[in-house]
Amino acid sequence: MTAAPTGGAPKIAKVSEAIIRIAGNSQDGIQAIGGFLARLAGRSEQEVMTFMTIPSTISGGPSIFQVRIGSGEVLSSGDDADVLLAFYQHSYQDHISSLKPGGIVVYDSDHVEPNPDWKGQYHHLGVPISGLTVEAIGGTAKDKGKNLYALGLIARMFDLNVPKLTKLIEERFTGKDQSIVNNALSAFHAGYSYALGSVIDTFQFVESQKRGGHQVVMNGNEALGFGLIAAGVRFGAGYPITPWSDIMELLRRELPKYGGTFVQCEDEIASISMAIGASYGGRVAVTGSSGPGISLKTEGLGWAVMSEMPLIVIDIQRGGPSTGMPTNVEQSDLNIAVFGGHGDSPRVVLAPANVEDCFYTAIEAVNIARKYSVPVLILSDQAISTRIEAFEEPNLEKVCQDLTPDLAPIPDHKPYDLAAADGITRHAPPGTRIMSGKYPVVTGLEHDEMGHPTGSPKLHMSMTAKRRKKLQALAATLPVPQVYGPPEGNVLLVGWGSTQGPLREAVDRARAAGDSVSALNIRHISPLPPGLENIFAGFNHVFVVEINDEGLYGYGQLAGLLRARFCDPKIRGINKTDGLTWKVKDILQRAQTNVTEGLRKL
Amino acid sequence: MSDTKLEMPPRTGDITSVPTAPLPTEERKGLTKKEIAADHPTWCPGCGDFSVLALYFKLIEKRKLWHEKITTVAGIGCSSRFPYFVQAHGAHYIHGRALPFASGISLSRPDLHVFVFGGDGDAFSIGGNHLNHTARKNIKMTYVIMDNWVYGLTKKQTSPTSPLGFKSKTDIWGAVDHPINPMKQLVSAGATFIARTTHTNPNHVLQMMEAAMDHDGFSVIECLSECVEFYEGAFDASNPRKGGVFNPVPADHDVTDEMAAYKLADAAFPGYFGIFYKTNRPTKNANEQKINATMQEKVKGLKDWQILQKNFDRMK
Repeated sequence: MTAAPTGGAPKIAKVSEAIIRIAGNSQDGIQAIGGFLARLAGRSEQEVMTFMTIPSTISGGPSIFQVRIGSGEVLSSGDDADVLLAFYQHSYQDHISSLKPGGIVVYDSDHVEPNPDWKGQYHHLGVPISGLTVEAIGGTAKDKGKNLYALGLIARMFDLNVPKLTKLIEERFTGKDQSIVNNALSAFHAGYSYALGSVIDTFQFVESQKRGGHQVVMNGNEALGFGLIAAGVRFGAGYPITPWSDIMELLRRELPKYGGTFVQCEDEIASISMAIGASYGGRVAVTGSSGPGISLKTEGLGWAVMSEMPLIVIDIQRGGPSTGMPTNVEQSDLNIAVFGGHGDSPRVVLAPANVEDCFYTAIEAVNIARKYSVPVLILSDQAISTRIEAFEEPNLEKVCQDLTPDLAPIPDHKPYDLAAADGITRHAPPGTRIMSGKYPVVTGLEHDEMGHPTGSPKLHMSMTAKRRKKLQALAATLPVPQVYGPPEGNVLLVGWGSTQGPLREAVDRARAAGDSVSALNIRHISPLPPGLENIFAGFNHVFVVEINDEGLYGYGQLAGLLRARFCDPKIRGINKTDGLTWKVKDILQRAQTNVTEGLRKL
Repeated sequence: MSDTKLEMPPRTGDITSVPTAPLPTEERKGLTKKEIAADHPTWCPGCGDFSVLALYFKLIEKRKLWHEKITTVAGIGCSSRFPYFVQAHGAHYIHGRALPFASGISLSRPDLHVFVFGGDGDAFSIGGNHLNHTARKNIKMTYVIMDNWVYGLTKKQTSPTSPLGFKSKTDIWGAVDHPINPMKQLVSAGATFIARTTHTNPNHVLQMMEAAMDHDGFSVIECLSECVEFYEGAFDASNPRKGGVFNPVPADHDVTDEMAAYKLADAAFPGYFGIFYKTNRPTKNANEQKINATMQEKVKGLKDWQILQKNFDRMK
């Protein structure tokens, strides 16, 4: 948003994007306002990205929702807000610093006492939100409904499409008592009617470019869950843990429509075991978790590697170790995903870069698991799981797959055939009649080609190599990742997973200021894609930007992997552990410091 | 994989209706012992597990089970080597977790009858929680616990069923922890078929296996199976050939009475042998199918992608 409020008479300014931060408590329904705004943007063919924090308690505790809406490309949820909507004194005090200088703070004057020192820096507007909400919908509602009143204020401020918003509100309360819908709409209209425009500037989004198809609006966990369904996954098992639980709830609710089942198990170990059992039964099954739950699953994961069983494991990363920070983001599970467990156990690890990518990564993961008979981990994170984005609707008829097992009789079968090309063998599920009368056993013991146990050094060597070779064959088929920005220059910012957007925005901002910066997002964490060494060779500095600790030796988890792989001293880390997403300005500042320090050391 | 593919029924997304190839026109005969035996067992000579394996073969022969329909699952332990000795589809999973693994097969493949074999360590120690929950959920399968009162594979440590005073490498003064009573635990966990037998009475073992297999639900057999290497003579008091006594469950025992089963389990060793408890409660398999039928009724006639499309239409 470029138009800052001016001292003169209020006017209507055209803007191409806006960042709105709503701060309150977790029970105020501020996620709902954010959801309405995001969905409205999706329907209006605008780009949108959200960011939220929630406390890890059941009720109460400060919570924020930030939404960035733009007529152009939106790459991150934004560094600083144009508008802050504060419900309480603590919301006001804690978040005023997230406003751009000259930004607008709208506060509930029934709860907030503004600080006179800040009045000169930010445009203040007090609205008795609580009182006016009660006035609009009656005294019984107490604090309920003030989120919708606030949504009305925002709608007025940004001249949002009221019929579309009204429809969204009606849809949200479909099936509820009509009086609830009426109350919600009354609160919204009361907020919208507040004479805001006579006090401060209001805004209008410039028309966004028309896109081809429709947009769908969802968060990362929904995209992963629906992606699995599209991929043909029909069985899953899990144990509740934040922020993974959304996916298991979605699959439990949706799978029966497709004839599938999702089982809530007694623990994490039972859930990975049940999923592997179903995979053994002939379909690719899914399990997933977060934080400590992933640690518990590693023995089962090792069995799936050893027995060469397809399996999908979803890890929605949160702050660790141990119970850590359950509702904060961290990218600190890369090591356990790639290396976790005892023994040499190569597996596949994918990291979706944004919400849309979550959908397609689920399908890619299932197809890799099937083709290579290997467990595939999907490394998402808390930020991507809760953030809402709009993206082009997939062609479902085209992407949906049927994974029904083929149980036709076969003449002969070796589950661990050492002569198989690239070591790639397929699992023959029970129910398959084998005409030779020789049936396979799948096992976690080192085994011969029929799956029978062996202590032979030669077989352990060739079977270990078989399990490795098939992933090397997979690596050779992976696409070389695309550099964002020129393929050669001074600084390359390397990231993985949810940091793709902020890194691209950092490139845009740096290049606009005349700096030579490009970015690279790595989606295939294990095996790594080909061609990285050539990309790195084109830059003076390679900085791996991660939300994890710099570690004992100064490198984050991906940086450590890349240094081990390429032995390149110019690969260095930019890390942080505050449990929040990257701000673009922080990335650039840290990169600048690194460049300066690095040159001094050289 | 094959060039002898047969005509397949239409493929379907419904996990509970797996398309299976139609039978070849010739009549399938029951399997012979030779066709069903695989590797020679690695057990010590005289081990009780030999008779359990022999009776499993007998069950397969007698009930004319087909090769491809037999699924044998095990965890870790001496007894859990079972799948390698059976010429059929089998899985040797990790320690203590054979039940959830087998549940995954059972819930997605109703065309198979899943047999799980394991020892007292698998069932009552490392996998104790899974025993409770598989029983509670009543997932259709048969679980044979080959109980030898000792950890044999790791060479004589105390097991959860070792009696007080049993001297092992981890209790050189004799076991001090109160042992688990398998029958009582299974009754309280909600298992719907609970039986006790011993490897020295082959006819009885087979009888229990058949009854367990015919039960629609989670059927569990505790089969005493002597470890001649580390706990010789443990079960002599139950073996008439060794001067012991084999007490069948009394004819007037009401198998549907939980309290009666609990009381029966209170008897000092050798106790009773036979079916302690049996009841019919809907299986999780059936409950899930019911949920699916209701949910699928609402999307009748739609292809999978069209069902998903309805979700996506709501997210626009």
